Amino acid sequence: MTITRRDFLKATGIAGATGLLSIPTVAQAQEFFPGWPDRYGVLNDCTLCIGCRRCEEACNRVNGNPPPKVPLDDKSVFNTVRRTDAKNFTVVNRFPNPNRDKPPIYVKRQCMHCNEPACASACLVAAFSKTAAGAVLYNSKVCIGCRYCMTACPFYVPSYEYDSPYTPRVVKCTMCYDRITREGKLPGCVEACPVEALTFGKRSDLIRIARERILRNPDKYVDHIYGEHEVGGTSWMYLSGVPFDKIGFRTDLGITPYPELTRGFLSAVPLVLTLWPVFFTGVYMFSRRREQIAKTEDSSHEREEGPS
Amino acid sequence: MTVMTREQREQMAFRTWVADKLFLGMSFGDYVKKQITPFNIIAALILAVGIPVTFVRFTQGLAATTHLTDNYPWGLWIGVDVLCGVALAAGGFTLGSAVYLFGMKEYHAIVRPAVLTGFLGYFFVVVGLCFDLGRPWRLPYPMLVSYGTTSVMFLVGWHVALYLTCQFVEFCPAIFEWLGWKNFRKWAVRLTIGATVFGVILSTLHQSALGALFLLAPGKLHPLWYTSFIPVFFLVSAIIGGISMVIFESMLSHRVFSNQINHQDHNHFDKLTIGLGKAAATILFGYFCLKWVGVAHGQHWDLLNTPLGRWFLVEVIGFVLFPCLLFVWAVRRESAAWARVAAIWTVLGIILNRVNVSMVAFNWNLPDRYFPKWTEFVVTITIITVFILTFRWIVNRMPVLWEHPEYPPEYEQA
Repeated sequence: MTITRRDFLKATGIAGATGLLSIPTVAQAQEFFPGWPDRYGVLNDCTLCIGCRRCEEACNRVNGNPPPKVPLDDKSVFNTVRRTDAKNFTVVNRFPNPNRDKPPIYVKRQCMHCNEPACASACLVAAFSKTAAGAVLYNSKVCIGCRYCMTACPFYVPSYEYDSPYTPRVVKCTMCYDRITREGKLPGCVEACPVEALTFGKRSDLIRIARERILRNPDKYVDHIYGEHEVGGTSWMYLSGVPFDKIGFRTDLGITPYPELTRGFLSAVPLVLTLWPVFFTGVYMFSRRREQIAKTEDSSHEREEGPS
Repeated sequence: MTVMTREQREQMAFRTWVADKLFLGMSFGDYVKKQITPFNIIAALILAVGIPVTFVRFTQGLAATTHLTDNYPWGLWIGVDVLCGVALAAGGFTLGSAVYLFGMKEYHAIVRPAVLTGFLGYFFVVVGLCFDLGRPWRLPYPMLVSYGTTSVMFLVGWHVALYLTCQFVEFCPAIFEWLGWKNFRKWAVRLTIGATVFGVILSTLHQSALGALFLLAPGKLHPLWYTSFIPVFFLVSAIIGGISMVIFESMLSHRVFSNQINHQDHNHFDKLTIGLGKAAATILFGYFCLKWVGVAHGQHWDLLNTPLGRWFLVEVIGFVLFPCLLFVWAVRRESAAWARVAAIWTVLGIILNRVNVSMVAFNWNLPDRYFPKWTEFVVTITIITVFILTFRWIVNRMPVLWEHPEYPPEYEQA
């Protein structure tokens, strides 16, 4: 069989066209990955929370942490705003209500389980992963303990076991991964909540529920679901009756997923790796050439002047 | 007359070799006696505190030896030992590329000390890092076990490891001259250009990557310091820091090791210092402008009239513009002494910048502040002391400040 020129052109044309077409589609598929479709989350309705801290107690029990240091009925715990630490993966804080005559507002905080986690993009040994279930998990088997994840987390969530000299770990809420995926249970905190301030479910359903609540009670809620878009979206989301910056939330974090912040820099790396050698070899050859010209000029000088 | 057996002769030769290479040609007893100097006594006192603290760090953990918290996961060891250490060790690649690539051969005499400073600088950065890491024995994990390719830290880890190797290769000729291994030296010299080019690439990337680490902290680092240009800031300021450190280090070397270099022309040395000062002045001015580009880009002019804004002005005017003008003045007056003052000032400025980025302007919106525990200072001072001792040990033995008469300089062969 012989291949005519026409066949050859046709074949290469098709190959070239598929090449051209397939590249953008692949790129698009990566660019617009909307996240795992059925990932879970929790909706925290701050207008319902009564500050009983039973979620803290349940969290500590489920995760094998010692019970909360301050007893649940001791309200002095609310005099300071606390953060999560190595022994408490969730904490409830109290904020005065900006509407003076109304009761204070309690806000439970824990890992937000970002759609595109800063901790995961920061980790140099890929110890963090965003699971299909929505939980962001940490693998202590590869962690070297650089704590860049803690620097990167915009919500000040991961904690470190500074006390442990030989096996320190980064610790944080796991969304009770085993309970929700294997045991068919609710996360410890959600199960313990006596007023159903916490709703566990698929993230997409939770957004619908939250929208509906805002729609039905426009006077009760501010028109914002915290976590729907913040830093690219999070699995834990919040509803509130007062502006979020009044109850300890950062409202200046933007909606850019954190991995985007370093993407530009990282994509410049291969350029530098390939272009710098070219540039510096050029500089080297240039300086060599200049030197040789100087040498020939010197020797021709000597010849003209002759031996003295 | 006794006749020595072959074995005895060999033993004898080995002893002379040891005395020659390790004890500077003295007997062991004389060598030890010679070590009792004021500097060594101070160094011994520092080590007497530093070694127990090191022991506590690695047996009791970070909580026992640092004031690090969950909000402040990075403290003095990262801010100074690592960030400042890497920036100030940039002299190796700066001078290496100036001499071997740009052909500025008049600076050849100070390349070796600069490369040695760079190599040891990086080496002790890694030592400092091992204090800070939770599990330092897993240091090779990003190279061998698990790859976090989306991380800027991954790039830093790889590059510091590769660059350390590069600097070692660049310094190998000196080691082989010391040992008298001529063939090895020939090969090492051949590798120098390659190592230098590779070293420049690696340095460009990881110096800027150290700044890029903070790109992930827009909500934590004060807006006057946080800019998307921060990788460029770190790279440019590291070049300045490297050059200034070379001026500072060569000044010290000329005082401390004057017996090794008195054959060199002091006027020539002053000229080199002024030449480096000229480079530093130019780059400092560029860096000064860049800092304002950063402010303009973020449109943060209003923040200048806040407490941290004024502190920013102290850094940018007092520790960037001022040393820049000091360098210009020194170059105009052809005063090497003033160039040295400017260099020291610049080094302090680089340290101030790294401390600001990693600690002062970091978490600026949080009520709680971090201040290092005394043991953190002890470790940092101990590492600097061991650095100086190692530097001196090598300079006293290997041809770093002087050229070995039996070997032609590298640039004539490479």
